[in-house]
Amino acid sequence: MGLSPSLIGTAREGASLLVTRSRLRLFAKSTGQQDPIFIDVDAARRASHSDLPVPPTFFFAVGLELPAPLDFLTDLGVDLAALLHGEQEFTYHRTAHAGDTLTSSPVITDVFEKKGGALMFLVTEAPVVDQDDVLVATMRETLVVRQLAGAGA
Amino acid sequence: MTGPLLEVGTRLPDLAVPPILRTTLALFAGGSGDHNPIHLDLDIARSAGMDDVFAQGMLSMAYLARLLTDNFPVESLRSYRVRFAAITPVHARPTCQGEVRDVSEVDGERRATLDLSVSLADGTVTLTGEAVVACP
Repeated sequence: MGLSPSLIGTAREGASLLVTRSRLRLFAKSTGQQDPIFIDVDAARRASHSDLPVPPTFFFAVGLELPAPLDFLTDLGVDLAALLHGEQEFTYHRTAHAGDTLTSSPVITDVFEKKGGALMFLVTEAPVVDQDDVLVATMRETLVVRQLAGAGA
Repeated sequence: MTGPLLEVGTRLPDLAVPPILRTTLALFAGGSGDHNPIHLDLDIARSAGMDDVFAQGMLSMAYLARLLTDNFPVESLRSYRVRFAAITPVHARPTCQGEVRDVSEVDGERRATLDLSVSLADGTVTLTGEAVVACP
């Protein structure tokens, strides 16, 4: 497969997402969120937010805002059936809100193997900025690709 | 946190999540932007060698984030990371837990580091992690 340390430093395709109240409410509904500050604009404003705040893991959606966000993996020869999300990290710099346009700029920062190549690790870091180019959060994702039985090296 | 000052060893109240429905997975696909069909389409899941669809890892990370924002203002979060340890089957009932491991002064503010986990009713730990929050 095409996963090798030579990818370190490679920029992946970035993406932008205009964060809407509607999308944040769907995220809230799907995660069982009861806290009104993530659902009700008046409640958010009473808590000194300018609008509905972006919840801690929603930033991950920014990087997925592409027509086919996993294509870069299949282009590298990765079988998506062998793909696992190993780790995920967010560092927060400021709070984002509905109405913000968030843009991620992912860069591959590490590629390594374990268990004699049975597991390949792909680490990507992606700063997320708002419409004023102010850093809002930094995402760090570790994907794990298993070597499936019968797959060629 | 509106309660007493956080100290090392302080445990957050557990967050018990109702059983995860297939509907939950479909709604989360739309909400999160993760449209990977392995979480939605039984045919695809089976072709990948699974018995059934299973929950998105980021759904559990979002549940665990609710434990954080239930106890701390969202703007007080400084960092949050997890390791995905096991898959979460449909109908599982995750419980999110957190405990303060360290409290220290960083950049002029008091910060608590919390150990976090999500486990299922059968004891399977699906996710472990940590978060750093600014606290009074």
